[in-house]
Amino acid sequence: MNNLIKGEKHDWEMVIGLEIHAQVKSNSKLFSSSSTKFGSSPNSQVSLVDAAMPGMLPVINKYCVEQAVKTGVGLNAKINNYSVFDRKNYFYADLPQGYQISQYKYPIVGEGKVTIDFKDGTSKDIRIVRLHLEQDAGKSLHDQNPSKTYVDLNRSGVALMEIVSEPDIRTPDEAGMYISKIRSILMYLDTCDGNMQEGSLRADVNISVRKPGDEYGTRCEIKNLNSIKFIKQAINYEAKRQIEILESGGFIEQNTMLFNTSTGKTRPMRNKEEAHDYRYFPDPDLLPLEISKEEIGKIKSSIPELPDELKNKFIETFKLSNYDASVLTAEKQTSDYFNETINSDPELKNHAKIVVNWITSELFSLLNKNNQDLNNSPVSPENLGQLIKLISTNEISGKIAKDVLEDMFSSGKTPRQIVDEKGLQQVTDQDEIAKVIDEVIAENPKMVEQYLAGKDKLLGFFVGQAMKFTKGKANPKMLNDILKQKLNKKN
Amino acid sequence: MFKSSLKQTLKDLETKKISIRELNQDYLKRIKENENLNVFIHFSEDNVLKQIDNLEKDNSAKKLKGIPIAIKDLFCTKSMPTTAASKILENFNPTYESFVTQKLLDEGSIFVGKTNLDEFAMGSATNTSFFGNTINPLSKENMPLAPGGSSGGSAAAVAADLCLGATGTDTGGSIRQPASFCGVVGIKPTYGLCSRWGIAAFASSLDQAGIFSHNVEDASILLQSIAGFDQRDSTSAKVDIPNYFENLDDDLNGKTVGIPKEYSIDGTPMEISQIWQDAIKFLEKKGVKIKNISLPHTKYALPTYYIIAPAEASSNLARYDGVKYGFRSDEINSLDEMYENTRAQGFGREVKRRILIGTYVLSAGYYDAYYLKAQKVRKLIADDFNRAFKECDFIVTPTAPSAAFPLNEKQNDPIKMYLNDVFTVPASLAGLPGISIPFGKDKNNLPLGIQILGKHFDEQQVFNAAISLERSYE
Repeated sequence: MNNLIKGEKHDWEMVIGLEIHAQVKSNSKLFSSSSTKFGSSPNSQVSLVDAAMPGMLPVINKYCVEQAVKTGVGLNAKINNYSVFDRKNYFYADLPQGYQISQYKYPIVGEGKVTIDFKDGTSKDIRIVRLHLEQDAGKSLHDQNPSKTYVDLNRSGVALMEIVSEPDIRTPDEAGMYISKIRSILMYLDTCDGNMQEGSLRADVNISVRKPGDEYGTRCEIKNLNSIKFIKQAINYEAKRQIEILESGGFIEQNTMLFNTSTGKTRPMRNKEEAHDYRYFPDPDLLPLEISKEEIGKIKSSIPELPDELKNKFIETFKLSNYDASVLTAEKQTSDYFNETINSDPELKNHAKIVVNWITSELFSLLNKNNQDLNNSPVSPENLGQLIKLISTNEISGKIAKDVLEDMFSSGKTPRQIVDEKGLQQVTDQDEIAKVIDEVIAENPKMVEQYLAGKDKLLGFFVGQAMKFTKGKANPKMLNDILKQKLNKKN
Repeated sequence: MFKSSLKQTLKDLETKKISIRELNQDYLKRIKENENLNVFIHFSEDNVLKQIDNLEKDNSAKKLKGIPIAIKDLFCTKSMPTTAASKILENFNPTYESFVTQKLLDEGSIFVGKTNLDEFAMGSATNTSFFGNTINPLSKENMPLAPGGSSGGSAAAVAADLCLGATGTDTGGSIRQPASFCGVVGIKPTYGLCSRWGIAAFASSLDQAGIFSHNVEDASILLQSIAGFDQRDSTSAKVDIPNYFENLDDDLNGKTVGIPKEYSIDGTPMEISQIWQDAIKFLEKKGVKIKNISLPHTKYALPTYYIIAPAEASSNLARYDGVKYGFRSDEINSLDEMYENTRAQGFGREVKRRILIGTYVLSAGYYDAYYLKAQKVRKLIADDFNRAFKECDFIVTPTAPSAAFPLNEKQNDPIKMYLNDVFTVPASLAGLPGISIPFGKDKNNLPLGIQILGKHFDEQQVFNAAISLERSYE
C-alpha cells in the first residue's frame, strides 16, 4: 500500500503516535470514593480529597487497578508487578492539588500490541509502549461569565488510563483504525465506556513527516482530540502544514498544538521552551503498587473473549468471511447481538450469512435512520431471529420481510404477530400461483407476443404483474419457474 | 510551680476530689494569665466552657474525660479554625476533624486551643508564624527565649502548665527539640503509628504526629490514645498498639544501649556532653550494657533532610493557590497573577525559601543530583540504624546541640537554624520512634534534653528507657 503523500517537491511519509486517555469505567474515583457519574450538577461529586483540602490523603481504588490490569491483558501487554504513583506538578485552576497523581517511571502496564485489519484482508501491528493510571483534572468553564472562570471539580480525580503507542502509525486512516480498535477492546473488557462525545476517550496525537527512509523528523503534539473525524482532520492539516514549512526550506519547531474543530486548523499552544517542567517525583502519600502473580492470574481468567478471538471463532464456526466477521466484532454490542440472534434458534446456525446481512444492513440502516443505537434497538435479537427463520422456511419472502422488520421496529410486535395479522404468508401453492399467471398472460396478449418474439426483458413485467396480484406474497422462485414454463408453452 | 500530672488528675477526677469544671477553670485562668507568651493562635473561653457543659451531660466513662489538651494548629479541627500559622489559611474553618484529634475527642478530652507553630511546621524556633513568636515560658525577665520549633506553642503550653498534654508533629525534630528547649517530655512515634489524615502536610514521608506532656507516664497514656491504623492514610501501619502505660517497666537490666560516636560533634556545649555522659553512667548502673556504635552516614542526614523535606513541601503546598479556600490576593488580572500574588503575600519567608529549594531539587537536570541522591542516602541512613539495632535495644543521644536560645538569635541565618535538627533528623529519615526527656540543666539553669531512639514500632522500649532515666533524675 502506498502511504506517501505528495508535496510540491517530494513524497512525504507521516509518522504518527497516539496517547489515548481512556476514562476507567468505575463507580468511584481513583483516589476517593466520590461518584464518577457524568453530567451531574457542577461540584456535586467532590470529596474533601478531590478538592485538595489541607491534610487530605489519596487512597487507591483497587477496582481501578484491576481495570487497568484487565486492559493491559487485552492489549497483549506485560503487567508490571511493581508500579509507582508519581506527582506531576503544575498549576492550573482546575487542578486542586497543584499536581496530578500519575505514573511516570514505573507504569502498571508495559509493552504490548494491537492489530488493525484493512479491508483488503491485510493487517498491521501497532506496538504499545505502556499504559499507566492517572487522575483526571476538573473542568474550567470560561463561557459562563465575561470576567470570571468557573471551576467544576466533578471530574477531578476520576481515573484515566493513558495508553501510549509507538510511532508505528503512517496514515490518518490507520490512526482512526487504531483508536477504533483500542475503543473496541476497552468496551469488550468493560474497562471504559468508549463514549468519545462525553470525553471518556480522547487522544493526543504526535505527528512528524519525513522523506521515506529518512530519520524521524521533529514532531508536534496535537492535544485533546475527542473524535475520530477530528483526529484524521487534525493529522491531515498538521502534516500539510509541516510539509509546506519543510519544502520552503524552514524547520519544524517542537510545539504543542491545539486543533480548532470549526476551522479544521491547528495552532501552537506552547513551544519547547515554554514546556512545563513537571518535576515528577514519587508520591510520598502512596505506597508503591504491588500486584502478585496470583492476582494477575485471577484477573486474566476473568477476561471475556476479545474482538480478535471472537472474529476467528466466527470465521471458523459460521464460515463467515474475514470482512463480515470483523464488521460483526468491531463493536461488542454488535457481536453480542449477533450471538443472541443466532443462538435464539438452532436452525439459524445454518443461515449465519443471512443473519449477518440482516443485522449489518437492514437493522443498521433502520437504526441509523431513526438515530438509535443497537443497545436499545426496538427489535430484539429473538425477534430478528424469528423473522429470519420465517424467510428461511419460505413463510415470507425477503422483500416482505423488510416491511415486516419496519413494522417490528415501530410497533415492537413479533414478526409472527405481524405476518398473521396482515396475512403476509407467502403463497407457495402451485395451483394458486399458476392461476394468477394465467390471468396475467390472458390480460396482456401483446406483451406475450413481444416476449415470444425475443424481448426477454419483459419477463420482469410479468413477474411484477403477478406479484401485484398476490400483494407480493408469491414465492418468487416458484413464480419465476411457473411463469417461464407457461410462456414457453405458448411458443 | 506545681504541675499536676495527667495520671494524678485522672485519679482526682475519678475520686471526685476535683470536678471537670474546677479543673478546667484552673487551666483557663492560667491561659489568660499567660497571654503574653503567645502560645495560642486560637483560644476561646466560650468554646472550652461549651465542651465542659457537654461533658457534664455525658454519663459515659471515657479515658481522658475532662482532660485539657492543647492542639498544634496544624491539625484540622471542626470546632476551631486551622491556620498552620500561615496567612494563606487565615480564617480557614475545616469541616472535618483530623484522625488524631478525633481520637482525643472520643476519649473525652477538652481542647483548650490551637497552639502556635512555625508556618507549616517549617522552623526550629516558632518564629516563622504569621501570628508572631511564641515565648518560651522559661525565659528570664530581660531575655526572652525561643521555645524551639516547630511545635513551640504546644511545648510552651505544657511547660507553662496551660494544659495536661498537647499534640505536636515532628518532621525533623519538631516535637523533640522544643520539648528539650521547654523542659517537657516529647515523643515522636514511628512513622505510620498515628494517621496523618487531617494534618496539613509539610513533608509527607516524614511528618508524624506525637505528644507533649509533663512526664513519661502521661506521654505513654496520651500516645496510646492517638495511635492506630487508619485506612484513609495509605502510609498508616496495621500494628497492634500495646498498652504503653500498663507495660511501663523501668528495669533495664540486661538491655543494651547504643551510643553513636557520630553524635559527638565539634562545638557541642560541655554541659550537653556532660548530661549525655551522666545518662550513660546511670544506665550502666542500672545493669544496661553500653555499646559504642557507629552510624556512619549521620553527617549526611541534615543535607539529605533539607533536600527531601523541601521537595515534598514544594508539592504539598501547591494546593494553597487562592482558588478554593484560604487567602486570595486582591490584585488579580490573570490566573498567573492570582497564583503569584496570592502565594507571594500568603506565605512567609521561610516557607517561600523551602518551596524554592524544593522546586529546584526536583527540576529537570537537577533531580538526579539532588533528590534521587538524597533518597539513596536516606536508605543508607536507615540501613545504619537497622545494623545498629542488631546490637542494641535502644540508642541514647542528646536531643539538641544547645539549650533554648534567645528569641532573635539565628533569625537571619537559616543554616544555623537548620543545625538545630542535627541530632533529631537522622531518626526522622529512618522513620524511627524518638523521645526527648528533660535531663539536667545548663549553666543558665535552662533545661537540656536527652533523646532515646528505638526500633520501628518499639515505642514501649523507648518509654521504658525514658521512665528509667526520668526516675533517676527525680
